[in-house]
Amino acid sequence: MELIDLTLIWIGIIGLGVFMYVLMDGFDLGVGILFPFAPDEEGRDVMMNTVAPVWDGNETWLILGGAGLLAAFPLVYAVFLPALYIGVFLRLAGLIFRGIAFEFRFKARTSRYLWNWSFFGGSLVATFAQGAVVGAYIQGFETEGFRYVGGALDWLTPFTVMTGLALVAGYSLLGATWLILKTEGPLQEWAYGMAQRLLSVVLLFFVIISIWTPLAEARVMERWLSNAQWLWIFPVVTLAASLWLWSSIQRRKEGVPFVATMTLFIAFYVGLLISMWPLAVPPDHTFWDAASAPESQLFLLIGVLFLIPIILGYTAWTYWVFRGKVRPGMGYH
Amino acid sequence: MELDPLLLSRIQFAFVVSFHAIFPVFTIGLASYIATLEGLYYKTENPLYEQLSRFWTKVFAVVFGMGVVSGIVMAFQFGTNWSNFSYASANFLGPILSYEVVTAFFLEATFLGVLLFGRNKVPRGLHLFAACMVALGTFISSFWILSANSWMQTPAGVEVREGMFYVTSWMEAIFNASLWPRFFHMALASFLTAGFVVAGVSAWYLLRNRAVEMNRKALGMTVVLLAIIAPAQLVVGDIHGLNTFEHQPAKVAAMEGVWETQSGAPLLLFAIPSASAERNYLEIGIPKMASLILTHEMDGVVPGLKEWAPEDRPPVATVFWSFRIMVGIGMLMIAVSVIALVQRLRGRLFESTRLLRVFTWMIPLPFVAVLAGWFVTEVGRQPYLVYGILRLADGVTPSLTGGMALFTLIGYIVVYAAVFTAGLYYLVRLIQAGPDAPETHTTEPGGRPKRPLSAVGTDFDDAAPQGAGR
Ligand code: HDD
Ligand code: HEM
Ligand code: HEM
Repeated sequence: MELIDLTLIWIGIIGLGVFMYVLMDGFDLGVGILFPFAPDEEGRDVMMNTVAPVWDGNETWLILGGAGLLAAFPLVYAVFLPALYIGVFLRLAGLIFRGIAFEFRFKARTSRYLWNWSFFGGSLVATFAQGAVVGAYIQGFETEGFRYVGGALDWLTPFTVMTGLALVAGYSLLGATWLILKTEGPLQEWAYGMAQRLLSVVLLFFVIISIWTPLAEARVMERWLSNAQWLWIFPVVTLAASLWLWSSIQRRKEGVPFVATMTLFIAFYVGLLISMWPLAVPPDHTFWDAASAPESQLFLLIGVLFLIPIILGYTAWTYWVFRGKVRPGMGYH
Repeated sequence: MELDPLLLSRIQFAFVVSFHAIFPVFTIGLASYIATLEGLYYKTENPLYEQLSRFWTKVFAVVFGMGVVSGIVMAFQFGTNWSNFSYASANFLGPILSYEVVTAFFLEATFLGVLLFGRNKVPRGLHLFAACMVALGTFISSFWILSANSWMQTPAGVEVREGMFYVTSWMEAIFNASLWPRFFHMALASFLTAGFVVAGVSAWYLLRNRAVEMNRKALGMTVVLLAIIAPAQLVVGDIHGLNTFEHQPAKVAAMEGVWETQSGAPLLLFAIPSASAERNYLEIGIPKMASLILTHEMDGVVPGLKEWAPEDRPPVATVFWSFRIMVGIGMLMIAVSVIALVQRLRGRLFESTRLLRVFTWMIPLPFVAVLAGWFVTEVGRQPYLVYGILRLADGVTPSLTGGMALFTLIGYIVVYAAVFTAGLYYLVRLIQAGPDAPETHTTEPGGRPKRPLSAVGTDFDDAAPQGAGR
């Protein structure tokens, strides 16, 4: 048991799960945020149909994140959720309104605009709350032993509001580039325009966060300064990916913008993890403090190592089934 | 007034989980029904089956959607309101709930996309396969979640060290004493729920002479099934009760309303239990029946509630009445389904308007029975979270204030009320439109018909892409 560090493996698995979630639910939340800005109602139908067959599977990664944390790092689960109590509620309420909009909007006649708002508002609130969670993670939590002892709204600070807005911009960009991939004609043209504008917004947030984070958290500053010799990689990757995205939009490529945006997200994500490493519940607890019993980690690991490839396999298969452009009037069922 | 976060958390948990529970219990049964219809269609090529499947798939999509969004809330309730409990039991519950996600939720969610949207995109065999995978997923899901719940009722395979549970035997913990009775009882409850809804809706159409051939087929199939599983539920319920009698006798004492330990305890049909007076008022009962059922002896001894200190007793009245509601509905189901089977064998099922009407009235009852059943199980477990080991008060989130809990409780009530009203409204409309409805194009983008309206009652046009109207 001591030979392999189960905790390390689990950091990898949860990291992958969260990342899958960010990418996959990210683009469908982004589509929701862009919803009211669509050129017309027909465009909205198409937008929704690009994600309708896959959103449920995408959201399952979130549940895996929740259950996986409980299994592998119960401390994270038992501190984050109480600390973010109100935020979690807002996020869940957002996900509810967004989720039911898929089913109800196509059945509605006169009340359809309600579900448009429900889809937009739900996606927006859920995304903002997720971004604020990232900010709260950077800020850290007031704990006593293994219990959260802070207040109900400690998580809501100017910094977390900023990270919330940043994620809204980021997911919108993912959504716009997804739409470039899945649509054509005027809608696609509109998505190109959106993507271009959103790219500048995202970069602006990147700069703000890069300056604000080390100023707000001495921990992060120290980490960055002591590793300056190689941490320059991240701004460079970000810049390169942005250029790639920008030029692919100019040249009206269809798939590249989505891939380039994913690359951007990977850079942000890895940068965040490195800045925080090895803290699971900042400022006091590392991942190893937060870990569950080794026999529990092992018991689940055996199944997960076997099942995740299968899940990835059939997920890929459904994306393949629903490949290609979505056209107006194509409601599948 | 001090707001009590513990009490508010209990109300909130009971509310969100009850809200969630009504959807799975229907989708589990309905998923199997749809898979059966798809299978029959695949084999016989009879378009009636496909039409039925299409119709029920639309209903399924709405109900499943509500099940998913309310389920996501559940996955986080443990942490927000019961963080001490989550932390203490994470070594067991964490892996179990995670296995549920990786073995069941992904399967359901992914293949649901293919089931709903893939009819014209994948070969027929694969579409059938997707339907089967969704149905299988719902069962795997119930297995894990019921294992988690049963472990809280009859904990096993763990030891407690420094306030944390550590698993000593996965086999004993997962396959704990009450898992199998609970699993089969719940599976049958799901079939009964879906069965009575399908039967009720089909009867409703038949009363209005709509899509007669198709709905006769649906009702005819369902009646046979119901006449088998409704009595089977009584048998499984009895086994379940005996199991509870062995492991949670205080719960059974509350179910039966027995205060004094006695031999030859009566089966109470009616009573008003009073916890403060420690007795019942207005008892009406069948002598010695409770002892006979529980111990299989006329004079068997049934322990009474007074064996336990007042603070260790579950709230009696809730358990007592919920149990009677569930069993009462179960008996009614047996009666109705057996009569229906007899009528069917005599060839009179479809002519009997009275029976058809009874079926339409039965639609809400399985849901009531399911919630009543869960109330027996969960309230009867009080005052423990993990029976006999961890008390409710020790499980609640320490940083939670009454104000926070009240805020989210009201929030969930408002959100769920909106969701439920809308969902019910669309379901009713879907059913009114019916399986015989032409594929309408009113919801088509821009309101333009994409193909000529097909006349009422004709088959669905298979090749044309189905409009956005699901
Ligand atoms: C016996 C059945 C049963 C019971 C007791 C519960 N569930 Fe459930 N749940 C299901 C059966 C189910 C299901 C059949 O698998 C659902 C119903 C609708 C659906 O989409 O899947 C589901 C959905 C569902 C989802 C969404 C899954 C998805 O995205 O596909 C989550 C996260 C949960 N549930 C979690 C819970 C929790 C934490 C419960 C404990 C209090 C719980 N469920 C009780
Ligand atoms: C889906 C069907 C279920 C229903 C309808 C249901 C119903 C209830 C009710 C009514 C209570 C409140 C009891 C009281 O406080 O007096 C409760 C409590 C609770 N149940 Fe369930 N339950 C269900 C499934 C589950 C499952 C599967 C689990 C665990 C895996 C679970 C875990 C809990 C916990 C942790 C509580 C604590 C809060 C409390 O006792 O009030 N429940 N449930
Ligand atoms: C016909 C006679 C029935 C009997 C004798 C019976 C017996 C029982 C018993 C003893 C329990 C509590 C077990 C415990 O907590 O330890 C229970 C729970 C439950 N019952 Fe029933 N039941 C019957 C009918 C039904 C029907 C018709 C339904 C629904 C359609 C139903 C749904 C449930 C559910 C959902 C639970 C909670 C989950 C569980 O613990 O299994 N029951 N039943």
